[in-house]
Amino acid sequence: MKSKLTNEQVAERLQKQFGEHIKSVETPYDFLTIEVDAAKLYDIIFWLKTDSELQISFLTNLGGVHYPDSEGREFAIVYHLQSMVNNFRLRLKAFVSKENTEVDSIVDIYAGANWMERETFDFYGITFNGHPDMRRILNEDSMDYFPMRKEYHLEDATREDKDDRFFGR
Amino acid sequence: MEEKLHDSGHIEKSTETIDGDIATLNLGPTHPATHGIFQNVLKVDGEKILSSEQTVGYIHRAFEKLAERRPYNQITPITDRLNYCSSPINNMGWEMTVEKLIGAEIPKRVEYMRVIIMELARIADHLVCNSVIGVDTGALTGFTYVFQEREKIYELYEEVCGARLTTNIGRIGGFERDFSPTFYKKLDNFLKTFPKVFNEFDSLLSRNRIFMDRTIGAGPISAQRALDYSFVGPNLRAAGVDYDVRVMNPYSSYEDFDFIVPVGTQGDTYDRFQVRQEEIRQSLRIIEQAYKNLPEGSYKADIPEFYLPPKEEVYNNMEALIYHFKIVMGETPIPAGEVYHSVEGGNGELGYYLISDGGRSPYRLQFRRPCFIYYQAYPEMITGQNISDAVLTLSSMNVIAGELDA
Repeated sequence: MKSKLTNEQVAERLQKQFGEHIKSVETPYDFLTIEVDAAKLYDIIFWLKTDSELQISFLTNLGGVHYPDSEGREFAIVYHLQSMVNNFRLRLKAFVSKENTEVDSIVDIYAGANWMERETFDFYGITFNGHPDMRRILNEDSMDYFPMRKEYHLEDATREDKDDRFFGR
Repeated sequence: MEEKLHDSGHIEKSTETIDGDIATLNLGPTHPATHGIFQNVLKVDGEKILSSEQTVGYIHRAFEKLAERRPYNQITPITDRLNYCSSPINNMGWEMTVEKLIGAEIPKRVEYMRVIIMELARIADHLVCNSVIGVDTGALTGFTYVFQEREKIYELYEEVCGARLTTNIGRIGGFERDFSPTFYKKLDNFLKTFPKVFNEFDSLLSRNRIFMDRTIGAGPISAQRALDYSFVGPNLRAAGVDYDVRVMNPYSSYEDFDFIVPVGTQGDTYDRFQVRQEEIRQSLRIIEQAYKNLPEGSYKADIPEFYLPPKEEVYNNMEALIYHFKIVMGETPIPAGEVYHSVEGGNGELGYYLISDGGRSPYRLQFRRPCFIYYQAYPEMITGQNISDAVLTLSSMNVIAGELDA
């Protein structure tokens, strides 16, 4: 089934509506990827859901990524949204720094974001403001670190008998 | 907003109370009716559920972390353990994701072979779910009938890859070998005997008065709420939304096949049961079409850098030996980039969000697990219902612990 929207069309509408809050537009593997201002995430997702032309009103996926080496933009929050009516998919990205890992929760736009945000908090320590129940979900509550961050190696990092070059990154 | 969306549904929730004594009941973590390890703390007034709080994560195995250290071909066995009722769909979804990243061209024959295996997996998945709904209503007979057929599907997997439950079926680029003559014989046999057994199973439950009384109206959800909770797959279709990844974003040549996407209206247990029943019939149709039109050609793509060469060539051919070494040691160069690929799994859209930085293992791999996402609607669906309905709702949502906790 063909999509009723084109990448250019959606990018243009978003740029017109939000101007400088749209940081960059890319289309890796023909998948529209837009980087936005973390402070504006809530507004943009709400607008996408309520806009009568785009109707991007389904949250497919939400998760975090850790880039320890990029200063000031250590954490990415990635939203995959989709419009079932127009058969169109969109990826929104926002970056936050390790000093201020807070973004607005979108639970009141999408009820399904609840556990996805809790999972992102559990793995990366990204806090979602306005979330009704910001607790860990898969790991134990007493855990005192965020395991998906890159500084936590899968194998014991203190071991010296293994040369990491030969066993992964 | 929450309040308003709630009202837009067509489902009325009862407000009567029985005697006002509120008790707390732990449904799970290990309870025969939950079919998996997850806990629900229910507040009940007599038989009626007032509220429910879920705890998940009992079998969390940190797959996303594990995947960040494994070479690409070693991630396939991890995906087995997501929805272990339909492992081949998970495996092939992952293989297709990597193929998308490296831009591999896949022969038509491979795509058709995959369709056959994936639809067999869908049948096996739905058979488990639907027969277990029967068991939870007290009807064990149907379960024993269809499990014999599920066994035949497992034998078919075994014929292709040697494993039954956690299959690790296929390779990046195709299959490890072509379908054997025994496979075709077994498939013929399955296609001949299955419809008869399935119809018998269907006639036991579909129009059974007791079954209908138990399941109609149990654990309903409106289409609006289902979309809000990011429902996908049979559970969303039962609520009346005709969304199917196989139709909307066809992969592996699904556009070649003629099949119907069944939808329900009420989003209750009975509708979920019926949608899955019809999907089994449609899957059979797809298998028959794919089998009849199975194209000639190779069972693997021409991507020597990712597909292990045959053993005899490794011993006799320099080039094959180099590729073998590179693949096994994870030294194959992989393009940097990010892809999202989704397949219609047993429970709906199963997505793989992969970020590669060019290293030997993914920089980040996220599984979009349909179970994890839609299970959060469970308290809302069972509030105001009886405990027995809650058990039915759980089994009809087909919450698989492996997929829930990853």
